[in-house]
Amino acid sequence: MSVRRLAEGNVQPADFAFSAEMTAEVDKWVAKYPEGRQQSAVIPLLMLAQEQEGWVTKAAIEHIAETLEMPRIRVLEVATFYTQFMLQPVGTKAHVQVCGTTPCMLRGAEDLKKVCQNRIHHDQFALSDGGKLSWEEVECQGACVNAPMVMIGKDTYEDLTPERLEEIIDAFEAGKGDTITPGPQIDRIYSAPVGGPVTLLDDESRKAASAPRGNGNGPQEMTKAAKPETAAPEGDDTLADPDEAEGPGRTKASKAEVDAKTEESGPTMKVASTASGVKPKKKPVEKSVGNGNATMNLASTASGRAKPGEKPAEAAGETSLDDKNRPAAIDKPANPDDLKLISGVGPKIENTLNSLGIYTFEQVAGWKKAEREWVDGYLKFKGRIDRDDWVKQAKALSKGVDEYVRVFGKKPR
Amino acid sequence: MLADKDRIFTNIYGLRDKSLKGAMARGHWDGTKGLIEKGKDWIISEMKASGLRGRGGAGFPTGLKWSFMPKESDGRPHYLVVNADESEPGTCKDRDIMRHDPHTLIEGCVIASFAMGAHVAYIYVRGEYIREREALQQAIDECYDAGLLGKNNKCGWDMDVYVHHGAGAYICGEETALLESLEGKKGQPRLKPPFPANVGLYGCPTTVNNVESIAVAPTILRRGGAWFAGFGKENNTGTKLFCVSGHVNNPCTFEEAMSVPFRELIDTHCGGIRGGWDNLLAVIPGGSSVPMVPAEEIIDCPMDFDSLRGLKSGLGTAAVIVMDKSTDVVKAIARLAYFYKHESCGQCTPCREGTGWMWRVMERMVTGNAHKREIDMLLDVTKQVEGHTICALGDAAAWPIQGLVRHFRPEIERRIDEFSHNAHQTKPVLEAAE
Repeated sequence: MSVRRLAEGNVQPADFAFSAEMTAEVDKWVAKYPEGRQQSAVIPLLMLAQEQEGWVTKAAIEHIAETLEMPRIRVLEVATFYTQFMLQPVGTKAHVQVCGTTPCMLRGAEDLKKVCQNRIHHDQFALSDGGKLSWEEVECQGACVNAPMVMIGKDTYEDLTPERLEEIIDAFEAGKGDTITPGPQIDRIYSAPVGGPVTLLDDESRKAASAPRGNGNGPQEMTKAAKPETAAPEGDDTLADPDEAEGPGRTKASKAEVDAKTEESGPTMKVASTASGVKPKKKPVEKSVGNGNATMNLASTASGRAKPGEKPAEAAGETSLDDKNRPAAIDKPANPDDLKLISGVGPKIENTLNSLGIYTFEQVAGWKKAEREWVDGYLKFKGRIDRDDWVKQAKALSKGVDEYVRVFGKKPR
Repeated sequence: MLADKDRIFTNIYGLRDKSLKGAMARGHWDGTKGLIEKGKDWIISEMKASGLRGRGGAGFPTGLKWSFMPKESDGRPHYLVVNADESEPGTCKDRDIMRHDPHTLIEGCVIASFAMGAHVAYIYVRGEYIREREALQQAIDECYDAGLLGKNNKCGWDMDVYVHHGAGAYICGEETALLESLEGKKGQPRLKPPFPANVGLYGCPTTVNNVESIAVAPTILRRGGAWFAGFGKENNTGTKLFCVSGHVNNPCTFEEAMSVPFRELIDTHCGGIRGGWDNLLAVIPGGSSVPMVPAEEIIDCPMDFDSLRGLKSGLGTAAVIVMDKSTDVVKAIARLAYFYKHESCGQCTPCREGTGWMWRVMERMVTGNAHKREIDMLLDVTKQVEGHTICALGDAAAWPIQGLVRHFRPEIERRIDEFSHNAHQTKPVLEAAE
C-alpha cells in the first residue's frame, strides 16, 4: 500500500468540466452499466479527466462525484487507491513510467532509472527544469518478454537500452514524441523472439512476415541485439523471400557476395535475413548451417539437445575471426587478469575471451565501438557488453579493485 | 514442438489480418451457432472432458467452474466477467490475445455466456493496456456490425460484450476485488462465501474467468474436448501460452503443449539460456507469486501444474522468469517483496503490515545488514501472513521469500558474514524492522 494524497491547494485549479468531446465519451461509458449502477463508470471517468487535464484534480473528483451521484469521499477513495491516477501535475510533454519490477530489473531497468534520474530529475514525480518532463518507477506493466520498457502516455516503448531511452526522452522533450514508433525499439516483431518467429511459420504468416512492417525504425541506432549475426549484409531485398532463403547452403553465394558490397540500408526484414542460408565470405558452407538465428538454432538444438559447451564453437561460425574489427590479440601473459571480475563475464566467457587472445583489463578497456560490437556478436551477447559497460568496468579494474569500488560503489564480484 | 496446426492462437504475433474477416479465415467464428444449438450441458461436459484448467494462475477446472452457476435464473441476471487485469509480474500472454487475436476472446465470451445463462459480459482490462483495449473494442465493434453480437444476433444467443478498465491495481486481478472495482469501488477483495457464482457482480450470479481460459473455449468445442486433452499429461492437459522473460537469449511469448520439459521449452523457443545451460541459476516458473526453483531441479521438469507443485512451486500463469548466475538473487526477490508491499490493498492487517515488514527486512538481507536469526524470523513471519488474509496476495507475498530461503539460504548467510566482517568500516546503523 502506498500513501497517496491530493496535491496542495495552491496547484489545484478552481473548477473542472469535461470538454464536449470528452462528454460524449463519458456518456458512452455510463451507458455500459445497468440502470442504477452508474458508479461503475468512476474509474473510466477519472481516467478521462486525467487524459484531459494531465492529472486528477480535486475539482475533477468533485465533478465526477456529481455526475455519477456518488458521495465525494467514494470518488476520492478510488482516486487515491488506484496508482495510475496522477494526483499532482506531471511533465507537460511526457511522464515517463519506468517498469522496475523483477523481470524488467533482470534485463536492465535499473539503468533506465538512472537515465531518468540524470536526464529528468533525481526524484520521482518531480518536474524537470521547465516542467516538461517527469518520471516515476511503476510496477509490472505486462510487457515482460519485451523488458526493459517504459510507458509514456498511452504507448509502451520496449526492449530499451539506456541510450535509446535518452533519445526517446529527448524526442518527447522537443515535442516530437510522435516521431518515435512505440513497441519494441529493436528489430523485433512484438513479442516474437528476436530473429523472427520460430512458430506459426506456414505460408500465410510468412507472407505477412515478409511484408515490410513500416515501423520507421530506420535511422535510429539499433542495438546489436537485433542484428543478424551473419556476415551477410542487412537490407538485402533479394533475400526477403523466405522461400528462397530457407535452405541453408543454397547456392545463393554469388548473389550474396555482390550484395555484400552494398551498404547497409536501414531497416530490414529480420525474418528473411536470419533465415537466410547466405554463405558468408571466407566460411565453409557447412558452417552456415548454424547460422545464428532462432530458426536455424532450432534445428541444431532440437536434435541432440545442444550442449552448452557447443556454444562458442557454433558462435565462431557466425562472426568472422578475420574481421578487421576483431580486437587485437596478445599472447598469454604471465599473470593474466581475472576477467571474471567484470560483471557479465563468467568462467565460460572468460575462456572464450582468452581463446581470442584477450587476457587483461587494459585490452578490454581499449575496445572501440566496432570492436565491442564484434565481440558482442561473437559471444552472441545481444548488446550486453554495452549494457553492462565492460569498458568502464575494465578501465576501473585495470587501476585496481579500489578504483572499481570508488566508481561503482560496490566490490567487483 | 507443438505443430502449427494444433495452435489455438494463430495470430499471436500480429503478423496476420487482425480483422473479423481475417479471424474468420483462420477458422474463428465458424459454426458458433451450431455449438450453441448443442446446448449448455454438452458445452460444459465437453469443457470438463478437455481437462482445461483455468489459465489465470490457480488452475481451477474451467468446466467445473461454469457448472457452478445456477441452472435457472431466479430473476437476477447472470454475468460473465473476463479477467484481463493481467498484472502478475512476468505475465504478458493476455496482452497478445487482446491486441492480435481478439476474436478468440469475443467468440469465447458468447459461448461461455450461453453456457452459464448470461447475456452480458464485461471484460475488465488492466488500465495500462490502453492500446490493447482499443484493439479489443475495435474487434467488438466489428462483431456488432457483422451481427455476431447484440440482440437477435447470428449466434442465436442475445449477447452484449462491454470493455471496462482498471487503473493500475494488481489486486484487481483477484476475482472479488475485480468485481468490487467493476462496481466502482476500491479493489478490496470480498470474503468468500458467498461465492461469485451466487453473489457476484451487482449481487448477481457471476463467473470470473481468465482471458486465455475463455479464448481457448471455442476451439476446444469445435475440435472436441478429446483433442485438447490429447496434449500434456493427465490432469494437466492442453496447450498453453508461455511467456519467457529474463536471462534467455530470446525472450518471447509462444503457445506450447503442457508438460513439455523446461529445457526443451527454452531451447526450442528462446534460443537457450544466456551464457549456456551451465549459467542457469534459478527459475520462477509461474509468475512472481510462485516460489523459485533452482536450476538443477527445473531443467528436466515437465512444465505443468502437478510437476511444478512437486517442486514446491507452481505453474501459475506460465510466466517463466529465468535468472542466470549474474543475478543478484536476493535483490530480485527483495524487488518482488517491494512489489507486494506496493500492491497490498490494505484491508487485512497481516498483509498490509507484513508485506512492508518483509520488504524492509529483505532490503537489509540484500546488503547483509542483518542477523542470521532474522532469516528464521523472516520465514516465521511469512508463515504468519500466509493463509491469514482474505485473498491470496498474502500467500503470494510470502511464497517468493520462502522459496528464496529454501534454496539460497547459504547465499543470504554469506552476505551477512561478509557484512559483519567489514562492520568496522561501516558506520553503525540503527534500523528498526518496522
